Amino acid sequence: MTTRNAILIAFLLGLGLFAGPAPQAWAQSPASVTLLNVSYDATRELYRDENAAFASYWKAKTGQAVVIQQSHGGSGSQSRAVLDGLPADVVSLALAYDVDVLAARGHLLPADWQARLPDNSSPYTSTIVFLVRKGNPKHIRDWNDLNRPGVSVVTPNPKTSGAARWAFLAAWAYALDRPGGTPVQARDFVARLYKNIPVLDSGARGSTNTFVERGIGDVMLSWENEALLATHDLSRGQFQIVVPSESILAEPAVAVVDRTVDRQHTRTVAEAYLRFLYSPQGQEIAAQHFYRPRLPAVARKYAAQFPALKLITVGQSFGGWQKAQATFFADGAIFDQIYQAGH
Amino acid sequence: MSTAGITVRAIPGAADPAWARWLLTGAVVLFLAVFLLLPLAVVFGTALASGLHAYLGSLRDPETQAAIRLTLLAAGIAVPLNAAFGLAGAWLIGKFEFPGKRLVTGLIELPLSISPVVAGLMIVLLFGAQGWWGPWLAAHNLSVVFAVPGIVLATIFVTFPYVARELAPALAAAGNDEEEAALTLGASGWQVLFRVTLPKVKWALLYGVILCNARAMGEFGAVSVVSGHIRGLTDTMPLQIEALYDDYQFTAAFAVASLLVLLALASLIIKVWLESREGSQ
Amino acid sequence: MISTMPTVTPARANPQRNRGNVMPGFGLSLGVTVFSLSLIVLLPTAAAILKSSSLGWSRFWASVSTPRALASYRLSFGGALLAALINLVLGTLVAWVLVRYRFPGRRLLDALVDLPFALPTAVAGIALTVIYGPHGWLGAPLAALGIRAAYTRVGVVIALTFIGLPFVVRTVQPVLAGLGENDAEWEEAAASLGAGRWQTFRRVLLPVLTPAALTGFAMAFARGVGEYGSVIFIAGNMPLRTEIAPLLIVIKLQEFDDAQATAIAVTMLAASFALLLAIQCLQRRSERWGQR
Repeated sequence: MTTRNAILIAFLLGLGLFAGPAPQAWAQSPASVTLLNVSYDATRELYRDENAAFASYWKAKTGQAVVIQQSHGGSGSQSRAVLDGLPADVVSLALAYDVDVLAARGHLLPADWQARLPDNSSPYTSTIVFLVRKGNPKHIRDWNDLNRPGVSVVTPNPKTSGAARWAFLAAWAYALDRPGGTPVQARDFVARLYKNIPVLDSGARGSTNTFVERGIGDVMLSWENEALLATHDLSRGQFQIVVPSESILAEPAVAVVDRTVDRQHTRTVAEAYLRFLYSPQGQEIAAQHFYRPRLPAVARKYAAQFPALKLITVGQSFGGWQKAQATFFADGAIFDQIYQAGH
Repeated sequence: MSTAGITVRAIPGAADPAWARWLLTGAVVLFLAVFLLLPLAVVFGTALASGLHAYLGSLRDPETQAAIRLTLLAAGIAVPLNAAFGLAGAWLIGKFEFPGKRLVTGLIELPLSISPVVAGLMIVLLFGAQGWWGPWLAAHNLSVVFAVPGIVLATIFVTFPYVARELAPALAAAGNDEEEAALTLGASGWQVLFRVTLPKVKWALLYGVILCNARAMGEFGAVSVVSGHIRGLTDTMPLQIEALYDDYQFTAAFAVASLLVLLALASLIIKVWLESREGSQ
Repeated sequence: MISTMPTVTPARANPQRNRGNVMPGFGLSLGVTVFSLSLIVLLPTAAAILKSSSLGWSRFWASVSTPRALASYRLSFGGALLAALINLVLGTLVAWVLVRYRFPGRRLLDALVDLPFALPTAVAGIALTVIYGPHGWLGAPLAALGIRAAYTRVGVVIALTFIGLPFVVRTVQPVLAGLGENDAEWEEAAASLGAGRWQTFRRVLLPVLTPAALTGFAMAFARGVGEYGSVIFIAGNMPLRTEIAPLLIVIKLQEFDDAQATAIAVTMLAASFALLLAIQCLQRRSERWGQR
């Protein structure tokens, strides 16, 4: 066996490795089109229905068949995957910051993406509520019950979960809104709350499984839609929802990824898909999956499902997601400091 | 060292006192039952909780079928490649002394010490849109990460050491005498490899391939980083299990998990069967 | 450099043959090995090391030595070491019983040893959490005894013991089987010479078993240090207490800080190598001891 042969065989092996798999090519034609929607954890059931409804709407309107592929995961890691090249035509993430990152770091879409669609590019909203065990044995009524000694709280890790970041900010805003509340008090309040957390799962679904299936914790800080899903579908009456006196208006964000749709010539259908989410039919589906619809008519129809409570916004209370992220969740910011100091 | 003798008939422990035999056997059976059978019971118990019909139905789901195909494809590429690489590496290490041998041996084992998450990250650093070759790949409309090639690469990286690890000691222990005799009689290098050497170390090779295959099909961490989680397209079986679990479809999730266990155990059962056939001849 | 493989010098062949080796295929096997190593192992590793070096030394040091990072190393390395030690003892025992004794169901148990390889780590993590959770089959009785398994460091050790078990069993098993095949007379000889059972074990079996057991120990340890999928479900993931180092890497990645993530990864890799080197020294000493 000569060295020449060795090099040849090595080369052929290398060729087999890289030339074998064909480049990814979505079938885009006048007859059919494929979109990829990269989304976060809690929207699995929602988009299954939205996608089916949009496909028949689009087929009736244009005659074109549309297949919408879904990818779900933690909002932050999904955003990272898109930045690393996951060819998303549209993203529907848990918070605007995760879309901002795509604009700022990857220039995949313009920085003013949020102004391109109504309502901050957020076709449906939600909030953070408490899920407690049946009969509410620990008498949890509001945020200040969560940091009592002996109350065990389940929420995911704000570093990896969008829901957990909304919950963190909601707790902070509650403490700040108490009479004479200061940032120092808010920090102490949130630090004591996090002392009561036994498990930090990486995502919202992980936390739900920990609370519902493993029986850990007295209360879970949850997306309202996840809590409603859990009480309606999962639990057979073992859980109930407690609505705090105030919470945060959680605005999941949707956007077309310009870089992808321009390369794959899918802009028209991608934009129509996102606008469909704002349509009466799209809004109805969102409401059926326990998301708060934006359209007043649909909102009135489902009003009984969504209790009224005081909802603060990230824009007004924290100066937007960029600022909130830097203040609370960046490396070495307040969330990290709470743990460095507390234990 | 060779795995050839696992089922040999000589029973060396027969001389041990009965109480020691019973005590040790009892302890080991108890330990394995608690430690390995309980998780298995959880997997199969949950998978069959809604009955056999639901179990089979969940395996017929198109996304699950796509995941099964992808896993078989990834293992189908990774395992033969790693078997070839492992054979070459083991031959090199087991048959020759050369400067840098310890370096080569250490490097072959390196993937064992690297966290699967980091292994995935490395592939993203090389081939991701912001990585070294990402822009070039994008310009030529090629996808590596978030597509099949990335998944295969991650699988190859994680399972790289297993064949060489099992084979090198066996090759060294088997010695060179028969090979040299065959060479003297005019056999070519390849003939020696296939006719003389491989039959001697076939159990070690088979075992290395089985371990490699089991790890390849079950790999989660590294593949999770490079997959993109597109359902029905880039989700492998372990990722599909996670996706189903997070959909609250516990029965379906554990049904896929049980299938993965059966696939991996099937190769072991084949091995035991081959060995016993060999032994009875 | 490090190798945890048992010494693979072609020992039973004539050692003097090393120089005038007539075996063919050196060029080919070297070519394929160097090529595959470079492409599959070296290139990605180099990418990670280069990425971490972009931090510069002082920032590199600062990011790998935060209290939180140090706590996560302690947990990952300590947990992996403890789990590997447990596996060293229990795995050797399992291999001993599987090779030397015959009992119903032995083959089934033998095949089951590979279960931790076959089960995807995430499934293993979920299944273990079901069993050892506060309301689980074993978790509830343990909790009654005041032992919290899941969501504590105990849970981390349980998960790492689970995934590391096959390594020790599968490296010790062939050696024991080989003893049974060829060298059973050793024991008899030793016994007939009046050596006690314990002496036979210590003088005859232990020196032969130690190198293989240490190999399995090293592999279980190396795998445990980097393990992610099975541990995150059962660990609790609380910073400074139950947060493993690979999770810290994942968190850094979500902060888009690849440089810090790879810095932690490179630090872990270096530490793993240092420990494997130490194990290898131990191994060589035990081999020399065995050859006496």
